[in-house]
Amino acid sequence: MTRHFEQDLDKLKSNIIKMGSAAEQAIEKSIEAMIAHDKHLAEKIIRDDKEINNMEIVIDKIIIEILALQQPVASDLRFILAASKINNDLERIGDHAVNLAQSALKLLDMTIPLPSFEEIKNMANITKKMLSNALDSFVHGDAKIGEEVLQMDDTADNLNKKIGQEMLVIMKSNPKTIDQALELIRVSRNLERVADLATNIAEEVVFIAKAKVVKHHAADVVNQ
Amino acid sequence: MESKNYKIISENVNAYFGKIHALKNISLSIPTKSVVAIIGPSGCGKSTFLRSLNRMHEMTPNSKITGKILVDNINIYDIDAVLLRKKVGMIFQKPNPFPTMSIFDNVAAGLRMNGMKNKKKLTEIVEKSLQQAALWDEVKDSLSKSGVSLSGGQQQRLCIARTLAVNPEVILMDEPASALDPISTAKIEELIYELKKDYTIAIVTHNMQQAARVSDYTAFFYMGELIEYDITNNIFTMPKKKQTEDYITGRFG
Repeated sequence: MTRHFEQDLDKLKSNIIKMGSAAEQAIEKSIEAMIAHDKHLAEKIIRDDKEINNMEIVIDKIIIEILALQQPVASDLRFILAASKINNDLERIGDHAVNLAQSALKLLDMTIPLPSFEEIKNMANITKKMLSNALDSFVHGDAKIGEEVLQMDDTADNLNKKIGQEMLVIMKSNPKTIDQALELIRVSRNLERVADLATNIAEEVVFIAKAKVVKHHAADVVNQ
Repeated sequence: MESKNYKIISENVNAYFGKIHALKNISLSIPTKSVVAIIGPSGCGKSTFLRSLNRMHEMTPNSKITGKILVDNINIYDIDAVLLRKKVGMIFQKPNPFPTMSIFDNVAAGLRMNGMKNKKKLTEIVEKSLQQAALWDEVKDSLSKSGVSLSGGQQQRLCIARTLAVNPEVILMDEPASALDPISTAKIEELIYELKKDYTIAIVTHNMQQAARVSDYTAFFYMGELIEYDITNNIFTMPKKKQTEDYITGRFG
């Protein structure tokens, strides 16, 4: 017999997966819109963020109900606490997709070829992979995939710094590029934040699976 | 568990009732002035263990207890059972005030049995015990009324007062709130919290949330074995054994 409580937990999990998929797609499409100079796609992402926001409210409601009615403990409690934080992280990822789409709109008219744009693409790929792996680790409850995501965060941080420095050099050498370069710095920073949020999600998965808090000192996990 | 001052030490305790092996090598020590909750499914041996701590089984036909149980480092079988039970009081699931006695006499019963005749002293102790049991304000004007005229929750607190009157050091509670409504249950739980300042308490409960709320340590029993014993917070957030996890999350069996 499947217990009512199990059904509630399944419902929570499937809602998080649905929201995760929506947030992941929003990030992917916002990058696609930027690279392809696709105005319509960028505008659609901005419009569609409302749906991700609505999902956050629905998940909050499910969590409050479970906490109030079921008084979960142990792995169930860890799962629900983690789901609550992941819910918040995914909503923020949706907001960053909106920021990226707004940058894509601004970049429509800015067409000076900049060498760093390749690195932006590179960073976008790393961020997408981190997010996709973090969500995979949640779906499968696999702490190992989660720990791999934690290790990738340094690469994203370093690329963000590198892009910032390169843009500074470009702006100094050619002031005409300032608007475009500033926008790309914003893009880079948004991608870096998405990578951070993917890291948070992965940390929560490790917490669910291993009852261990790994945030703020990921190196401990790697060195084990 | 970290090393502590233990009020009760049990080592390799086995209990047999005829052919039934009810407790299997239980080693569980209870730190002084702490609350230990014992949880587990029906028939797991939790009440058997609790009752063995003040020799309640020795009158049961065909029963045998082996192993060591020490209270204050003294083997409980080396002292007189009456003395032991004065030191280790017990509260049962169903409140059991002496039905023919008044509230006052219920609390004074143990003292009188121990030979106390001084009325002033008796009155003092009865009042103090009723206050400690958080019942004084409700009964101070009706001490001569029958003990069984009280509500179930009040009767249970009367039984606690009766236990406290003989000045025990350990209180064993076997499902003390399972027959009570939520308000009376909350009063008993608050009382346990207050009592642990002065007493060492072991409580058997089927109510997992109650174990989580009132105890410092939790022991999980299953089929006569002690599966896991740890700080309550650890048991309810990150139990080490899968059986414990399955039981407290309701996935057992």
